[in-house]
Amino acid sequence: MTHPRKWLIPTLYILFLMLPIYGLLAMSFKTTGEILGGFSFFPQQFTLANYKVIFTDPTWYNGYINSIIYVVLNTVISVTVALPAAYAFSRYRFLGDKHLFFWLLTNRMAPPAVFALPFFQLYSAIGLFDTHIAVALAHCLFNIPLTVWILEGFMSGVPKELDETAYLDGYSFPRFFIRIFIPTIAAGIGVAMFFCFMYSWVELLLAKTLTSVDAKPIAATMTRTASSSGYELGLLAAAGSLTIIPGAIVIYFVRNYIAKGFALGRV
Amino acid sequence: MNKTLNQKAWWLVAPVLILVAFNAFIPLMTVVNYAFQETFGNNEFFWEGTTWFEQVLRSDRFHDALIRQLLYTGMILAIEVPLGIGVALTMPRKGPWVSVCLVLMALPLLIPWNVVGAMWNIFALPDIGLLGHTLNSMGIDYNFTRQPVAAWMTTVLMDVWHWTSLVVLLCYAGLSSIPDDYYQAAHIDGASRWAIFRYIQLPKMKRVLTIAILLRFMDSFMIYTEPFVLTGGGPGNTTTFLSIDLVKIALGQFDLGPAAAMSLIYFLVVLLICWVFYTLMMRNEEQ
Repeated sequence: MTHPRKWLIPTLYILFLMLPIYGLLAMSFKTTGEILGGFSFFPQQFTLANYKVIFTDPTWYNGYINSIIYVVLNTVISVTVALPAAYAFSRYRFLGDKHLFFWLLTNRMAPPAVFALPFFQLYSAIGLFDTHIAVALAHCLFNIPLTVWILEGFMSGVPKELDETAYLDGYSFPRFFIRIFIPTIAAGIGVAMFFCFMYSWVELLLAKTLTSVDAKPIAATMTRTASSSGYELGLLAAAGSLTIIPGAIVIYFVRNYIAKGFALGRV
Repeated sequence: MNKTLNQKAWWLVAPVLILVAFNAFIPLMTVVNYAFQETFGNNEFFWEGTTWFEQVLRSDRFHDALIRQLLYTGMILAIEVPLGIGVALTMPRKGPWVSVCLVLMALPLLIPWNVVGAMWNIFALPDIGLLGHTLNSMGIDYNFTRQPVAAWMTTVLMDVWHWTSLVVLLCYAGLSSIPDDYYQAAHIDGASRWAIFRYIQLPKMKRVLTIAILLRFMDSFMIYTEPFVLTGGGPGNTTTFLSIDLVKIALGQFDLGPAAAMSLIYFLVVLLICWVFYTLMMRNEEQ
């Protein structure tokens, strides 16, 4: 571990990861004139004007609020319905269980581009177009299968004796599940929530297709700015930089479980 | 773990089933409807049979997009998997730097995909971007909006930047499950660095690597937003992958029949390859 060369590869890799992010951050503090004037590594005329626009213009900051609302809704729905299902898959055999599990996963494999137009028609038909719940429900398509998969992995690591002892002690299923089982797999639930948050936060195609004004996500607001008003790169960079913050906060909370979580609890 | 037979477990699965079926069955049936019929609006449909399927399967446009897609997915797997293993092997395993590495490496995974595209667009701009400007000032003629090769390299590099960390984190999870005793035993036996990798580390990473390859395959095969924002599928059609082409046909030209037929073929291709992976993975797990 003390070999000096060993640090080189991770360090270079992290440097490579940080460079584009630095480019974005640096640009967000530049004026439009400076950006178009030519390349500079550090902002020469440091400005917060781009951020000021975002925090004072409702079409901008509402984008962030909309995104956060549907991401939170989706995380809550996905984890709530996935918990009992994952328990069933990890503890019981039942008719068609393996087929059902694979079918769930196939939905994680469905390209969103395939579903964009049908989703638009479906959610328009039931009157949910341009609502937060529509995006939250649509993201369930790929988040629920993933959540079930992760939770099932974590739950399979909990010995079955725990359940049996609790039932012998006279616990009913709901009471055992809420009082004993959920606290036992708290780390797994944290990781599952992280993944729901992550995939719902980064997805754009479905979120953009299902909204127009009231529930428009920040990502869609950015694409509009990019196309309509030409070269407002500073503003775009500032908006982009701000979208990194929620993710960074969430990672910080799950940092100790993240590696295990990416292995879907199966290590 | 031996599981008990319990048909009542269906009740626990029911909510998931209802929600996912609502999202999967109805839209899928819509796609199937459009794939076999012609419509002129007003909810009138005419049976077309397999006309659209034949049309899509014979069109050069679909073949080209499929080949580009396979090439792209192949390239990023060939780069990201070895690179991810390499970084995971050299990462610190204990101490305060572990958290720092994990947090910094996971950061690209949580950036919205269009921001990733926009960020790389800004990064690669030939005159004012950090990458583009540096390359050009080094005397390399680089312009990703005009040169197909440059566009490809930038798109691939962007994906390497975006997703290699997933492979790193998965491999790292596999590696950190190896007890220290194994290494000590190998040390006593005088095992070479390569032998340790081949006989201790690689077997432990096998399962997580399957997950990594499966996830990377699925997601790169469905990639849309990042290359769309970065290059718009250009220059020409050189970076138009399957999803970009599909959206162009469905929402751009509103050719619903061919688009739906293409959707089904596309979905089946992903499904088939994933099924193979999944079967392999489950077989490993049972052993």
